[in-house]
Amino acid sequence: MHLIQMCSSAHVVKPKYTCLFGYSSFKFNHPHRLLRTTSSVNGQIIQFKLSDIGEGITEVTVKEWYVKEGDTVSQFDSICEVQSDKASVTITSRYDGIIRKLYYAVDQIALVGKPLVDIETEALKDSEEDVVETPAVFHDEHTHQEIKGHKTLATPAVRRLAMENNIKLSEVVGTGKDGRILKEDILNYLAKQTGAILPPSPKSEIMPPLQKTETVQPVPVPVLKPKAFTGKDRTEPITGFEKTMVKTMTVALKIPHFGYCDEVDLTQLVKLREELKPIALARGIKLSFMPFFLKAASLGLMQFPILNASVDENCQNITYKASHNIGIAMDTKQGLIVPNVKNVQLCSVFEIAIELNRLQKLGSTNQLGTADITGGTFTLSNIGSIGGTYAKPVILPPEVAIGALGAIKAVPRFNEKGEVIKAQIMNVSWSADHRIIDGATMARFSNLWKSYLENPASMLLELK
Amino acid sequence: MLIPFSMKNCFQLLYNLKVPIAGLKNAAKGGLILQSTSNNIYQNLAVEDWIHDHMNLEGKPILFLWRNSPTVVIGRHQNPWQECNLNLMREKGIKLARRRSGGGTVYHDMGNINLTFFTTKTKYNRMENLKLVIRALNAVQPQLDVQATDRLDLLLEGQFKISGTASKIGRTAAYHHCTLLCSTDRIALSSVLKSPYHGIKSNATPSVPSLVKNLLENNNTLTCEVLMESIATEFAAYHQIDSNSILISPSDETMFPGIKRKAEELQTWEWIYGKTPKFSVNTSLNLLREQSCSEMKIYVDVKNGRIEDCNIDAPGHWLPKEMLDKLSTSFIGNKFCHSEATMLLNALLRTCPKDHELYSKWHLLCEKVKTIM
Repeated sequence: MHLIQMCSSAHVVKPKYTCLFGYSSFKFNHPHRLLRTTSSVNGQIIQFKLSDIGEGITEVTVKEWYVKEGDTVSQFDSICEVQSDKASVTITSRYDGIIRKLYYAVDQIALVGKPLVDIETEALKDSEEDVVETPAVFHDEHTHQEIKGHKTLATPAVRRLAMENNIKLSEVVGTGKDGRILKEDILNYLAKQTGAILPPSPKSEIMPPLQKTETVQPVPVPVLKPKAFTGKDRTEPITGFEKTMVKTMTVALKIPHFGYCDEVDLTQLVKLREELKPIALARGIKLSFMPFFLKAASLGLMQFPILNASVDENCQNITYKASHNIGIAMDTKQGLIVPNVKNVQLCSVFEIAIELNRLQKLGSTNQLGTADITGGTFTLSNIGSIGGTYAKPVILPPEVAIGALGAIKAVPRFNEKGEVIKAQIMNVSWSADHRIIDGATMARFSNLWKSYLENPASMLLELK
Repeated sequence: MLIPFSMKNCFQLLYNLKVPIAGLKNAAKGGLILQSTSNNIYQNLAVEDWIHDHMNLEGKPILFLWRNSPTVVIGRHQNPWQECNLNLMREKGIKLARRRSGGGTVYHDMGNINLTFFTTKTKYNRMENLKLVIRALNAVQPQLDVQATDRLDLLLEGQFKISGTASKIGRTAAYHHCTLLCSTDRIALSSVLKSPYHGIKSNATPSVPSLVKNLLENNNTLTCEVLMESIATEFAAYHQIDSNSILISPSDETMFPGIKRKAEELQTWEWIYGKTPKFSVNTSLNLLREQSCSEMKIYVDVKNGRIEDCNIDAPGHWLPKEMLDKLSTSFIGNKFCHSEATMLLNALLRTCPKDHELYSKWHLLCEKVKTIM
């Protein structure tokens, strides 16, 4: 440890203040460190100089500051990143304190041996006092120090926490470096102290009969540990994908939605998919339920083309879209993306599966292109893959309808003979633009879609 | 010679205690040679971080040998848009990584060896390390003409760069790493390290392009394996330690506690793109439509990878000014990022009036804007 004594006898200030918390195995080349102290009792401003980097380097470029003026730093915290001749150097703080001045801006050249930052280290009058004592004792700090004979190491944040909880720092055991008191030490101390602070349980006064039965073990009263909560609200601007959702949904809600829900018996489809999965896998494709849902939707849209349409802003004209570009809502790390499968009316179930595999791969690596996410005319959202039964999906303009599929659940149902059988049931929730689509149209489309899925063989009739 | 890592315990001890361990067998005394079993750039960079942060290198320098699958690695303070062709990399599945050391941009693939020399800050000496590499090369091929320049590059035959250097200095430790071109795909290298982006103004560290050559072209015995072996032997001789390299797996959390988080941090957008020093883009793009060509001017200010200011200008008759202004203001606050721009533009397209001509012009404009990201 390096101890530097400051003999400024004229001031109240600190005979034993240790400025350099030398690190036992750390050797540095400069034998002297100039410390300029202010004569105020508030704390000393130390000029932290840029130390020798090695290889005879005399100047470096400041590339990034990790702190700004007013920030609190602890010893060994990173202060800035400088660069010299292909070497990137992290400069760390030698002191605990508050940054008072940055001598350089980013991209400026800093000189070795010259001041880099000013750090205000803590005033001793705050650092060692028992905070529960009255201010009158402040003037006795001198004697108090000598009596105690040791200095408590703690950052200002930790001291504040102790003060707020009326804790004497000298009674807390520090587990940090050099016996430094950390936040965890304060919290542990608090946890231990509650037993002493809580008043004795009133039960012991009003229930003397209990004392008769000596064999009964007294039940320990659970003690609520006071939790020190230091969480804070956090406000940040909405950007990126969230902003995209804000824009889309703001426009979407101008559309008057109506909802229509139903349940679909997928028992037969589940069986069919089990048979077809290995065949698809042999061709290198993972077969989910989605290709069937999409194809059935497209078959339904053939009969009810108004659900595959678009209206202009003032709802004056309606455009019936020829292609069935069915979008599938995808949940990625960044958020909600809706790529679409183009021309589902021309694709076989297997071709749809191929395309879905491709889109899923691109979606997971964040590489979906504009072509993939534009041009959609109808959307299906498989929220059931995460969970849920019913939903109230929001239509994505310029489309006019959307369906949300719940999870497939095995539940008991009655068959034609009145017997209870196990059925695989999925719920579907449709939303449609009520300006141009009425409930009856939606219901009939849903019934048709449902019939294709409940009896997959019926889709064979539509094979081209 | 490579030996599988069965000495997990000694490694654990080396990590746990910040003081040198006396009396520990061969590996601890005098130094260590480590070789990575992973070809993942982020995992290997995480190993460098881990060793730099956690190991006591006093009297125990470490040599780390590693190779990566195709990746472009930029220096700590560089601008990826200035240094490489991000579109091409996206197409070819070539990764992008930002390392913590300074210096310029390099292309990694399995034909390129990476060497990292870990020492204490006081023992940091890059030229000494490079001389060691040269001795190792000459041990395999004595007539090989390799010299170190004062920029700490290695030149073959006085003109071809076969190695570049970068380093990181911390509080007590430092590392110097360099590349060595054995059998890299030179066509991929030159196409990917050429930036197609114009009009970028920034104070980021620029790269100095050089003529390169593979050592294998010079002599077909100089394969990666042969060279790694030779360098390990030379390092062992110099530090008087056992020349056996220890194979390590960068995904082993028990051997390197906390390494998974380090590798994850290196893959975040905030690190790779967000750490780019602030820059501005000022360029014009051609809008070609139906045999007529209009010029669009775009100006973007980017800080921490996010757009702070944006201005898009096109001839007044082409698109209404309000639409252009709406686009400009929508970008502010967003990441300067291709996929985020795609999402935003798609959302704006949804709200665009359905006039076919306006819609297709708007679409074209959006596509053009994305090309600068």
